[in-house]
Amino acid sequence: MADVHIKNVTKSFGEHVAVNGLDLHIADGEFVVLLGPTGAGKTTTLRLIAGLERPDSGTIEIGGHNATTLSPAERDTAFVFQQYSLYPHLSVYDNLAFPLRSPARKIPEDQIRRRVEEVAKMVRIHHKLANRSTKLSGGEMQRVAIGRALVRKPAIYLMDEPLSSLDAKLRADLRLELKRIQSELGATMLYVTHDQIEAMTMADRIGILADGVLVQIGSPRTIYSEPANLHVAARLGQPAINLLPTGLLPDAGAPAGTKTIGARTEHLAIEKASNGHADGVVDWVEHLGDQNHLHVTVGPKKLVTLTDPDTDLAQGDKVMIRYRSPLYFGADGQRLM
Amino acid sequence: MAEIRVQHLRKAFGDFVAVQDSNFVVEDGEFFVMLGPSGCGKTTTLRMIAGLELPTGGQILLGGEDVTMLRARERDIAFVFQLFALYPHMNVRKNIGFPLLAQGMPSTEIRSRVEETARLLRIDHLLNKSVSGLAGGDRQRVALGRAIVRRPKCFLMDEPLGTLDTEFRDLMVHELRELHNRIHATTVYVTHDQMEAMSMADKIAVMNHGVIEQFGTPREIYDRPATMFVADFIGSPPMNFLGFGGGLAKGAKEIVVQGAKVAVPEVREDVAPSDMALGIRPEHIRFDDASKLRGAIYGTEYLGTTQIVAVETADGIIKARVPAEIRLNAGDHVGLALNSARLSLFDKGSGRAVRTAVHDTASQGRAQHG
Repeated sequence: MADVHIKNVTKSFGEHVAVNGLDLHIADGEFVVLLGPTGAGKTTTLRLIAGLERPDSGTIEIGGHNATTLSPAERDTAFVFQQYSLYPHLSVYDNLAFPLRSPARKIPEDQIRRRVEEVAKMVRIHHKLANRSTKLSGGEMQRVAIGRALVRKPAIYLMDEPLSSLDAKLRADLRLELKRIQSELGATMLYVTHDQIEAMTMADRIGILADGVLVQIGSPRTIYSEPANLHVAARLGQPAINLLPTGLLPDAGAPAGTKTIGARTEHLAIEKASNGHADGVVDWVEHLGDQNHLHVTVGPKKLVTLTDPDTDLAQGDKVMIRYRSPLYFGADGQRLM
Repeated sequence: MAEIRVQHLRKAFGDFVAVQDSNFVVEDGEFFVMLGPSGCGKTTTLRMIAGLELPTGGQILLGGEDVTMLRARERDIAFVFQLFALYPHMNVRKNIGFPLLAQGMPSTEIRSRVEETARLLRIDHLLNKSVSGLAGGDRQRVALGRAIVRRPKCFLMDEPLGTLDTEFRDLMVHELRELHNRIHATTVYVTHDQMEAMSMADKIAVMNHGVIEQFGTPREIYDRPATMFVADFIGSPPMNFLGFGGGLAKGAKEIVVQGAKVAVPEVREDVAPSDMALGIRPEHIRFDDASKLRGAIYGTEYLGTTQIVAVETADGIIKARVPAEIRLNAGDHVGLALNSARLSLFDKGSGRAVRTAVHDTASQGRAQHG
């Protein structure tokens, strides 16, 4: 494993700037997740590191060596694509062994067997090693695809939304597995996704990507509790952060220049109005099972927060709402301290 | 708009039975979701309601009329595939009006119908804009407008949000439900995503291997799962199970799990000795050193306001949802306190839920939407 250092990399396709002046250092053994919507430049970043694209400017160092102009084969990266691409005519075993059998490597067959079995256990597919790859379920195929990357020990694993084609349950299982495997292997991993849960639960650091620009990078806790600006604040959290204008609720603590107040569940104290004064009215308590959302109308705005499953608040109740150290944003959208 | 009544519906493809004896009623104006893993028979059921597939047996009544053997176009339904593709060379007005134009409706009528639809979706100010310049949410609204402009008896939707980014998906889930609250069109919606089902449905049918395992409101299905399959399919993370042995006697209020006594809702039926399972939702677990039920922290998943904590117990991993400010480290030993009033009991062999005091609660419907 190795570290990867991207320095001021820009890549355009015609008029469109896909990646714009990207600086990113992924430490050896670190799990970095780039989070952003479709078109943010996530996949292009992976392809630049893999050598499938050449940057217009800037450099990419892998393990301390300049790799900017190296071919993909010379870079020693392993790529897992969104759509699993297995060899349909081969068994699971042979699919997993394939990267090790490259003529350039000359690895003895017993060593290959040991490695394949080890990885097959890791991704929980060892009971199906003899199966044809086409005889697997979607989740199993994706585990083989991930396993095929893991049999090698490259400088870095590059993963392009590998879980997005799976159903929710399997995604949740594999999230925990992938994180465990990565930390066991001490693997350097760059993982891109548009799913905030994947980013929050797996990453050592999350990089928020928007329109080809890295807006903020930090630990999940930092990104969540100290977002640099409105864009980052809005990307994380379910329900989404409430963005309210100043003056809507008592906000004496707001620093000068505050235009917008960001309030998540933990930034709001909501209770039944007792002395006739009310800030808002309960619109609806939405029971989603594991999460219950409280919808409150405050003047022209609507608030959504998490609430206790057995809350005694009900539709039509008048409530008092107070901020508890919320986030403050200026007119330019940047967070004010 | 109309009620949909499905009676003893069955579909076999050769030896494979895709749908076995399904019975349910979708009331007029209801948002009904069929939920289950791939291959459970939900899409086949939907296709039979649409008339794209003929049943092997049973009946489908649409607004009281037997449509079982009618062709799709004779049924006055709208089948919505993915809410995604727009005609890029047409403006918003033409995109929404297209299905009416294809029907040969006079242009003055198309005009008024399109404008009415656009008002309903709150995009009337965009009618003459090109769709390529629209923001994501507005594009989705236009796609939705194209589906509803025909005003059919009911809407059938097959994973319409399947390919969207999570963020758009959340947006569209609310959009769809709000739209439903405005037009009250009978809707049958198929998905494998339990969050979509819980967020939108008035009623849910959970399907597995061609069988409806449970039919009820989202709250009933979440709080009182009829089978272990349902308990495991709903919830994120799903319900935890801890095994225990012995039978249960009517009136019992306590069981023994891993040597620890656990208070449970009063049992309402006798169960012969067999392998049993205690079902616990992740949000009904607290950490309490005084508890005899113990485990070691396996890992945590930070979600911002809350976190999911995986705890290794003598009977495998169980997951708890607790506030994010509690700091925990892998390997820490913890005691688990369970919210007794919310526990479920199952017979492991059949997977069926044991009747307890939880089932006494009158079935609570879905809270009214704002």
